[in-house]
Amino acid sequence: MTATPGGPLSAAAPDGGALIARPSGRGSGRRGSRRQLSIRIAIFVVVLGYLILPLFAMLEFSTRGDYGSRTLGSYAAIFNDPNLTDGIVTSLEIAVLTVLGMLFLLVPTMVWTIVRVPRMRRAVEFLCLLPLAIPAIVIVVGIAPIYRWMGQNLGAVGASPLTLALIDIILVLPFAYRAIEASLRSIDVATLADASRSLGAGWPRTILQVIVPNIRGGILSASVLAIALVLGEYTISSLLAFDTLQVVIYLLGKRDPFISVAVSLAALVFAFVLLIVITRFAPGGARRGQLQAEEPLT
Amino acid sequence: MTDLPVSAPRPPTAQTVGPASGGAGARRLRGLGNYLALVPFHAYVGLFLILPTLIVAVGAFTTTEGQFTLDNVSRLFTDEVYVSAFTRSIQLAVGTAIGGAIIGGLLAWAVVRGDPDGLLRQVVIAVSGVLAQFGGVMLAFAFLATFGFNGLVTILFKDVLQVNILTDASWLYSLTGLAVVYTYFQIPLMLIIFLPSLDGLRQEWYDASASLGGGAWSFWRHVGGPILAPAFLGALLLLFTNAFSAYATAAALISQGSPIITLQIADAMQSEIVLGQENVGKALALGMIIIVSLVMLLYALIQRRASRWVR
Amino acid sequence: MRRIGLRGFAAFAAITVLVGACSSSGSSSAPASVAPASVPPASAGAPSAAPSTAVAAKDATSAADMGGVDAVCAAGKAEGQVTLIATPPDWANYGQMITDFSAKYGIKVQSDKPDANSQDEINQAQQLAGTGRQPDLFDLGTAVALAHTDMYAPYKVAGWADIPDANKEATGLWVNNYTGFMTIGYDTKLGDITTVADLADAKYKGKVALNGDPLKASAGFNGVVMASLANGGSADNIAPGVDFFKKLADSGNLIPVDPTPATIASGQTPIVIDWTYNNNAQTAVLAPKGITWKAVVPTDAAPVAAYYNSAINKDAAHPAAARCWMEYVFSDAGQNTWLKGFALPVRLAAMQTAGTVDQAAYAAINPPTTPPVQLTQEQTAAATTYLTDNWKFIAIK
Repeated sequence: MTATPGGPLSAAAPDGGALIARPSGRGSGRRGSRRQLSIRIAIFVVVLGYLILPLFAMLEFSTRGDYGSRTLGSYAAIFNDPNLTDGIVTSLEIAVLTVLGMLFLLVPTMVWTIVRVPRMRRAVEFLCLLPLAIPAIVIVVGIAPIYRWMGQNLGAVGASPLTLALIDIILVLPFAYRAIEASLRSIDVATLADASRSLGAGWPRTILQVIVPNIRGGILSASVLAIALVLGEYTISSLLAFDTLQVVIYLLGKRDPFISVAVSLAALVFAFVLLIVITRFAPGGARRGQLQAEEPLT
Repeated sequence: MTDLPVSAPRPPTAQTVGPASGGAGARRLRGLGNYLALVPFHAYVGLFLILPTLIVAVGAFTTTEGQFTLDNVSRLFTDEVYVSAFTRSIQLAVGTAIGGAIIGGLLAWAVVRGDPDGLLRQVVIAVSGVLAQFGGVMLAFAFLATFGFNGLVTILFKDVLQVNILTDASWLYSLTGLAVVYTYFQIPLMLIIFLPSLDGLRQEWYDASASLGGGAWSFWRHVGGPILAPAFLGALLLLFTNAFSAYATAAALISQGSPIITLQIADAMQSEIVLGQENVGKALALGMIIIVSLVMLLYALIQRRASRWVR
Repeated sequence: MRRIGLRGFAAFAAITVLVGACSSSGSSSAPASVAPASVPPASAGAPSAAPSTAVAAKDATSAADMGGVDAVCAAGKAEGQVTLIATPPDWANYGQMITDFSAKYGIKVQSDKPDANSQDEINQAQQLAGTGRQPDLFDLGTAVALAHTDMYAPYKVAGWADIPDANKEATGLWVNNYTGFMTIGYDTKLGDITTVADLADAKYKGKVALNGDPLKASAGFNGVVMASLANGGSADNIAPGVDFFKKLADSGNLIPVDPTPATIASGQTPIVIDWTYNNNAQTAVLAPKGITWKAVVPTDAAPVAAYYNSAINKDAAHPAAARCWMEYVFSDAGQNTWLKGFALPVRLAAMQTAGTVDQAAYAAINPPTTPPVQLTQEQTAAATTYLTDNWKFIAIK
């Protein structure tokens, strides 16, 4: 299970992790009666209200100043706190490494299981979904000795927080797998690979320049999920004594509640903006990818 | 149309992709080479996932000196602290799974009945996507800013509405409080998991049911309910796993005492007070793995049934 | 918006990693860059400034071994930094101590995990052993300090003779540093609290916080001792204290939250059982936020005092800098800094005789006239055993 309390976002979304599901063949969808409409409105108000309330409270809390004034000082202080900026940079670096590592690990493997060894597909799928059955807290209990060894024997690299990327890749596997698999399913990988290889391209080039551009949607989805996971990861970072963003927010929360709430809200807004931006890309990219695959070879 | 250098016009299946050459021996060797390409992935997962799990599983049955023992595991059943921690963890997970599933399911239904390309749907889904991944620490702070002693709602109740219900903010640190906070991310998660299944409910089915004389209730009871049941149960199981495994939120809210199993494990990892505690932590972790694995197995079985109805 | 998609993403990612690797080498991985393997032993650096009999910093048991305090601190400056843990700026005036130390000796102070408790310090040292990021020094409560003497390096500071025998370990493994009295700090909006018994009042439901788990933190431990003294217990018997807290937990008065400056400021923990130096430090901090914070030594119990202990990590990555820090905090300037933070330093008696004590700071503390109760090592050990078996009730309902 992920370290964050956000579960398998797309593991159970059968249309493969495109984060906005498009409905299929439903007609106008406006058959609601007036009573149904009022029920819907009631549900929206209550549930969305409950979800939005803490966000609004965070905004109110983080703008409290001395002697009852309102101020944005807490937000400005985010950039003045070296621990916080260090934590942000560290987490972003780990996020980038995780995305790259995950892509290098997963995409060739998944393509290979489609094209060469379909018998292993079930095994790979099982391994990718296994992290859901092994909670992060359990992984960290088992991996602490490994990290201790790395820290003592691999010098500065072994002791660096960037090694967290190694575990974050594992944590993101279930979601990334689903996202990429859905994209792979929507194109004919075998034909593309066949065509590319028969034109003389080697495997690296085939994967990088033929297949990957066609699964851009899935890759982007997987990357966004990986970034969100890394930025929100607390369990493993704190128990292995690394200062990532969440750990710094937690420590900061003990000193200054206003800055920590401010940075939490800022991180949330950032994730939201990132999501909106990416989902504007993803479905379009996938569709365009399909068109390219279908162009005739004349 | 150019002449493609493929040897024979066979229909391209996975087995025949690529130029054919050589006899059975060469094919077998190539077959082996194919498997080799999967080694990096398996090695990586083996090292960073399987190995730690094995360390936990083996450690659960060893003493600090390395002898085999059932003591650690038996303590899970005899020591009152651990039994009550497991009980509370399961209660919390079940409660928030059911609560999140029902409320999230209702929200999903409300969203799905609207315009499929509308702004409301897109915004709700985007917001849910972010909130479902809302980190535990940040969520705890959000709730403290809302319901804490100086939180918005508490002050609202106290100063504006003059009602003193919430001035005792300790409820936030009780099981009830944890449940309320957990439900906060269970609801959006339910929305995201369940929405595609609701989308799969065709309008034609409702029309068919209506044309046979059934109303909304009859539709849900005979058509919609049975179709959605597997997906709903599957989502419920996922929510259970999510809440059961959660650590960060509880760690940020509760700094003393470890009422749930994830906090107990963290405690055991770091405690030096009683020797041999580290391996009891591994036993606790093993217990968690077993429970979660059972649930995920159930989920996998149900998923296979549910996928029949969703495109 | 089209082609940028993946290639642009990859380029952006590569650039970020490069930039991050270049810039972070100056900040977060700085401790790593001073890893043990790359730090030349002090004996290589010292000979240029001291006689050839100078000892390696990690083996020095006193300043004389390295040629005097100045030589120690010069070697420390060469090491670059000292890594502290659990030294929050508003705990016994550590903030001032760190600033003054850095200014005087030019050694950068890396202050990790300010709100860690004594057990967390040991855990951190063990988890990070050999990585270059481990703490160089400890500031531990007595129970935890005694349990881990195999992790310390013996060192006797310059003012060793001024410290009474009961306050130090004979070979210098650990030494008492400062103490205070157990107090109840509270937001005056809640009323007036003068005794431990007041805490059980129903109107304080969900408001009382003890600073730390008594098994892991000295402040928590001594809070239990104070409650025990108020309920008929003694230094040998803390059972009444444990029972009292059980009563508070059952009635919902006690909340399972570690009080920190943040929780006090946000109103999460309006009543805090903690040391004089912590509660008194909060008064000034909270005034602008509209909170009047008062700290009282309760009248229904003898005052409880307990020293914390300074020790050098045997496995310190910066052994000379660590020893320089020890010399500074036990010097007159350092001891007076603690005094200004409402804590009583261990060399107080000697400094009063020598006339070097900061009289104004001492007067501001206004220590109670009744002789305080301090648990001996044996009593602490016995109490810890009792707590291990009986403190399990602190769990939520």
